Amino acid sequence: MTKYTEIPLTGYRRENGRVGIRNHVLIISVDDISNAAVTGVERLIRGTFALPHPYGRLQFGDDLDLTFNTLIGHGKNPNVAAVIVIGIEPNWTNYITEKIAETGKPVAGFSIERTGDLQTIANASRKAKEFVHYATELPRVPIEWNEILVSTKCGESDTTSGLASNPTVGRVFDRLEKLGCTMIFGETTEVTGAEDKIMERCITPNVEAGFKKAFDDYQDLVQSQGVNLMGSQPTEGNIRGGLTTIEEKALGNIEKMGNCKVVGYLDQAEEPKGPPGLYFMDSSSAAAEQVTLCCAGGATLHLFTTGQGNIVGNPVLPVVKISGNPLTVETMSEHIDVDVTGLLRFEYNLDGAADLTMEMMARTINGRLTSAETLRHDDFVITKLYRSA
Amino acid sequence: MKKGILLHEADDDVGVTAMDLQAGEVVQAVTLEGELVAEIKLVDDVPLSHKVAMRDMDAEKHVIEYGREIGYASKAIAKGAHVHTHNLKSLRWSGKSQIVDHN
Repeated sequence: MTKYTEIPLTGYRRENGRVGIRNHVLIISVDDISNAAVTGVERLIRGTFALPHPYGRLQFGDDLDLTFNTLIGHGKNPNVAAVIVIGIEPNWTNYITEKIAETGKPVAGFSIERTGDLQTIANASRKAKEFVHYATELPRVPIEWNEILVSTKCGESDTTSGLASNPTVGRVFDRLEKLGCTMIFGETTEVTGAEDKIMERCITPNVEAGFKKAFDDYQDLVQSQGVNLMGSQPTEGNIRGGLTTIEEKALGNIEKMGNCKVVGYLDQAEEPKGPPGLYFMDSSSAAAEQVTLCCAGGATLHLFTTGQGNIVGNPVLPVVKISGNPLTVETMSEHIDVDVTGLLRFEYNLDGAADLTMEMMARTINGRLTSAETLRHDDFVITKLYRSA
Repeated sequence: MKKGILLHEADDDVGVTAMDLQAGEVVQAVTLEGELVAEIKLVDDVPLSHKVAMRDMDAEKHVIEYGREIGYASKAIAKGAHVHTHNLKSLRWSGKSQIVDHN
């Protein structure tokens, strides 16, 4: 194994200076009824990646904003070289196209009304072919660790998550903080029982207030639905695995923070714009939704820890899967990129596990496809806030 | 002597088993950094990734793991005993926490 510090990193430097580790030509659907057109272009043109989804029509308010910010964020993500946008009508199509164009990357929008699917697919495919030629001639250039935006989440957690994989990410985050990186964590619903520890880590009262408001809003939502969560955590499965109290479960989750300070609070899908360091993003704890929100916020590499074996991926954001559960590593090996079960066999300590993880991060940055990428886990899931008009 | 228990923090009241352990076994408890903290004689069978008491604890004591309170001892707990739902309860959901819950 080569120590991660000895692996030179390469990536794609975009027009706005941000750095990507993938080079996608994305075909974004503005709305549900344009999915046939975006997948049509994808089938015709090699090297394109369609992003179909079930929303985008008759949404309003914060819900509409979040759907469009999620689409725009994927287009703006530095892992994307160029973007085709296809929607049913021109106004929203132009809106999304222009927002993505602020990055300076090549973007073209096509609307289907007055043109029809077939002519739209022909027009968009001609442009997509041009974009693929452009993207495939872009060189990988030397980059630094602090140019990677790293996000994290845990899923299908068990006691090995709190014991091995989450502390491993925490140690990696401690190192990334020292290197001047920007990182994102979230899972508003899963930190109940340890929210006081997150608040203690916030660097300013403003950051703390932002986090607390998101946390309280969630508690209010639960209450407004007539649900009483008391006693619902840990789950029966958690308890069989050795977890006893909600405090213990939440503390295991936020081991992923390491000793990092929280330098900023982000709304769902919001991009970090302040100083480097760790940001809390208000986000669902459902795996695909959280990873999608991180990608929309500009994350370029994701560290996902799992106990029992969550298999999530994302079309734009490479998801590196880390597990400390020996049974999961054995029975679901095709999904696991970093095996840290050696921690439980006392073969290495936390620094050793962090070394293994950062070596895999370096290889992933340099182009190695993750397990989720090779298995086509293109799990693009927009967070829907409430029903449409 | 074999290593059998991992500690998040050296001062934690409970450690986590890295394998199934039997009553009567004596194992080393080490931190995630690999530092030896104590030798513990198990007084219960404790399955993989469950908790073991690192010291005798009186009933009502606030139990520390990750360097933080994870609950309170609902009865006295002996060093080397299995710590779980039968002797450890949530502070948050017992009304004993100073943090006000919405529920």
